[in-house]
Amino acid sequence: MENLINIGVRSIFIDNMIFAYFLGMCSFLAISKKVKTAFGLGIAVIFVIGVTVPINWLIQNYVLVPGSFAWLGPEFASIDLSFLQFIVFISVIAAMVQLTEMAVEKFSPALYGTLGIFLPLIAVNCSVLGAALFMVGRPYDLAEATVFGLGSGIGWLLAIVALAGVREKMKYSNVPGPLRGLGITFILVGLMSLGFLSFLGFAL
Amino acid sequence: MSAATDVVEEVKEKKSEPLFSKKNRKLISNPLDIDNPITVQVLGICSALAVTTQMKPAFIMALSLTVVTASSNVAISLMRTTIPSRIRIIVQLAIVSLWVILVDQVLKAYVYDVSKQLSVFVGLIITNCIVMGRLEAFAMGNKPWPSFLDGLGNGFGYGMILMAIALVRELFGGGSLFGYKVFAEIGIPYQGNGLLLLPAGACILLGVIIWVQRSLNGYREAH
Repeated sequence: MENLINIGVRSIFIDNMIFAYFLGMCSFLAISKKVKTAFGLGIAVIFVIGVTVPINWLIQNYVLVPGSFAWLGPEFASIDLSFLQFIVFISVIAAMVQLTEMAVEKFSPALYGTLGIFLPLIAVNCSVLGAALFMVGRPYDLAEATVFGLGSGIGWLLAIVALAGVREKMKYSNVPGPLRGLGITFILVGLMSLGFLSFLGFAL
Repeated sequence: MSAATDVVEEVKEKKSEPLFSKKNRKLISNPLDIDNPITVQVLGICSALAVTTQMKPAFIMALSLTVVTASSNVAISLMRTTIPSRIRIIVQLAIVSLWVILVDQVLKAYVYDVSKQLSVFVGLIITNCIVMGRLEAFAMGNKPWPSFLDGLGNGFGYGMILMAIALVRELFGGGSLFGYKVFAEIGIPYQGNGLLLLPAGACILLGVIIWVQRSLNGYREAH
């Protein structure tokens, strides 16, 4: 249990998807102009990462690992499908996003109205595929992988809501013309990332 | 019937338009400046910040991305009339991931150390917004040759910014260029600025590069 809490806290604060790895930056920068939409997108990302990481964990450990077909007979023991990793992972993610989109459209048309265009974008949010690929590189079991996925999503939500809050206030400041918009946002993200570096001091 | 006329039209246009017409040259030169994928279109930021601590991985990354963008642009452009629009995203992802798998295998075979250094970021080319963005915005509506040029141009535009960031980060962060200890060779004791090697430094640096570029070309963002 303590282990799970450690992984959760680590993935939210210390290994924050945005401020430590800079994954999912495109939608992070594009959809952080208003706190409300930023929050909606964040929730959708938490859901998609939280579901796809465990699914990809199962696929990785029962299908893609070399020798995973050994139970079919000795002649299958040498099958190594690990080169299919990228295409399998991205298909799972794209399919999940499509499913989420249909479910939201069916059950909550109001939420679909606000999130509509952002939902398909999650398929190409690097933090989702990034979380799946990081999960492979670390020795997690299923429960740990799930917590890691959820934690990464929550960290992403925190980051985008924080940036949206700052950018809403930025509107009232007098920023030099060429720096306005994207330029100042990058400098802001850099400074926020410096702040998050202070979490590195925690030993878990 | 309509398909046949389409083909005829295409052939005619090819004859009338030279391979490097002004319009086609623009496809390569625009992404370098006023339509840059990173600083103007805001695409492909993640990898631009993550792989630029040294020149060598940045260069390999830019090269891989150019190959993937150009070739998947051509592939999608060839199939653009047959892809059903409802499932186009998954078709595009499948084609892009095929190219990425190829590039990944080639990198592992010939430059293994760099491939290790880039780790997940080669795989993340699949979800690199530049590739998807160009497929959606350009290849779905244009012929293979302009799409190829567009892919090349955007790859170069991305590479240019990548190399600029990597130059500053490696030179002033680590005191070397392509692994060659510049400051130590000249005899200047230089300790290296650790801040530049952190992701935060890269972010601020990119902000400054955008500032400089926009001051030069006069591009302004509507507030």
